[in-house]
Amino acid sequence: MNFRNISTIYRKELKSFFYSPVAYIIMVVFLIITGWFFTSNLFVMRLVSMRGVFDVIPFILLFFIPAITMRSFSEEKKSGTIELLLTKPVTDMEIVVGKFISNVVLTALTILPTVVYVVSLSFLGRLDIGAIITAYIGVILMCSIYISIGLFASSLTENQVVAFIISFLMIFALFMLNKVLMFMPTFLVTILEYISSDYHFLSISRGVLDTRTLIYYFSGILIFLFLTKTSLEKRKWS
Amino acid sequence: MSIKVENLTKYYGEQAAVNDISFEVKTGEIVGFLGPNGAGKSTTMKMITTYLTPSNGKIFVDGIDISEDSLAVRKKIGYLPEQNPLYNDMNVVDYLVYAAELQSIDKSKINDAVKKMIKVCGLEDVRHKDIGELSKGYRQRVGLAQALIHDPDVLLLDEPTSGLDPNQIIEIRKLIKDIGKQKTLMLSTHILQEVQASCSRVIIINKGEIVADNTTEALQKQFEGQYKTKLIIKQNTKTDAASIKNELKSIKDVEGVKISSDDDSKTWIIEITNSKGSDTREEIFKKIVSKNLELIELKQEEASLEEIFRKLTN
Repeated sequence: MNFRNISTIYRKELKSFFYSPVAYIIMVVFLIITGWFFTSNLFVMRLVSMRGVFDVIPFILLFFIPAITMRSFSEEKKSGTIELLLTKPVTDMEIVVGKFISNVVLTALTILPTVVYVVSLSFLGRLDIGAIITAYIGVILMCSIYISIGLFASSLTENQVVAFIISFLMIFALFMLNKVLMFMPTFLVTILEYISSDYHFLSISRGVLDTRTLIYYFSGILIFLFLTKTSLEKRKWS
Repeated sequence: MSIKVENLTKYYGEQAAVNDISFEVKTGEIVGFLGPNGAGKSTTMKMITTYLTPSNGKIFVDGIDISEDSLAVRKKIGYLPEQNPLYNDMNVVDYLVYAAELQSIDKSKINDAVKKMIKVCGLEDVRHKDIGELSKGYRQRVGLAQALIHDPDVLLLDEPTSGLDPNQIIEIRKLIKDIGKQKTLMLSTHILQEVQASCSRVIIINKGEIVADNTTEALQKQFEGQYKTKLIIKQNTKTDAASIKNELKSIKDVEGVKISSDDDSKTWIIEITNSKGSDTREEIFKKIVSKNLELIELKQEEASLEEIFRKLTN
């Protein structure tokens, strides 16, 4: 892999988010929702805690990530620019990784303003900064695995709406696995629990970041990036 | 820099879009890739540019097997895909810089390369405009500029003038001709004048198979001598179309007569095919005069590339 190519694609993709109003709308909506849960916790329930925010983020991400990733490949497929891109001296994996990084950075930029909440809380009471940092890491990891799923969904179709729905369903399934364990046969429970993104996020937001969780996220990301690359290559054989 | 295609085949499902074609484009040649829509022109180009993988056969660009070192091949190729897809929300300069970076041009040389392309392709006036705002002619220039930015030795243009107005077509053709001087150039089209205007050699493809591969002149020569004579005569109450047809048929070297009457202008329009190498105009004229008919028009047509094309692809 050539890092210069990855960085070229990453920079172009990040810039193109800001050419369209979509990125701004998504960022504003994200901040309004988290802001609502932050202020209601603080002023209504008089809690000096980031709990409210971190509890709602997994639910926002269900919609938020598909909305960000849906255009990544679909738009290029629809307009035909994918043909230009794929005939340049760049490997398919470099393209996938470049787009992945740009999506992760955009999400990180969207989440970044919530640090203001942490800072303002720190004036009001004692915060467990370590736990908050871990929770942020957890959010970014969760975003990353969802983004890799979203990219895969986007590479399957030239229709952005279809891409949104596919990635939403996949992310939703991954998230909900943890909540339907009681209906599952016992021998499957540990496996399904391990596959569920919510299970790992819960353990991270409790402040536990172990290798099991890290392996889960990184292998998940790699699997879906690889699937995305395979899906791009499909054009050659069909 | 040459392109060599050997027994290339591409199946879409059961159907062969390109069926066992072989050809070679030599260094510095400008080759027109001609065929009706759906003949397999674009599919072939997509395979040469490594976008699609052949079902069968081999492609060499400058002696490199594209299946072995596809990245090296892509660096040598400049490609303008069909419909000229572009990023509408980028401005011209940003886009060209992006294209240059993707071609791994040295950072220090990118600015110069972009400036040069803007000049060569006449984009000075629109350099800071968004591509989405540009007219089709300018879009086509941007497409050419991105294909040329790394100064490739091989240039593949898929229908470079489709959708342009006549003035723009002439401009783009001139641009292609200027650029093509130092490059191996292959352009696909279904427009014949395009080939006559810009190419030294034609490959005609139909239903995935090559039906002709020759220089433009040789192709014309091959069908040359087969003259067609067209004449218009005034309608006359004394004779009817059938008898004129018979009279004309009796002339030596006339092979076929097609007659149709135009009632608006009260004329008969007659098309005569002659046997190879013969000129029957004089005889026809004498015949008409001897029958006391009024001749309005008499002209001889040589087989044009258009007719050759129609003959080969029908």
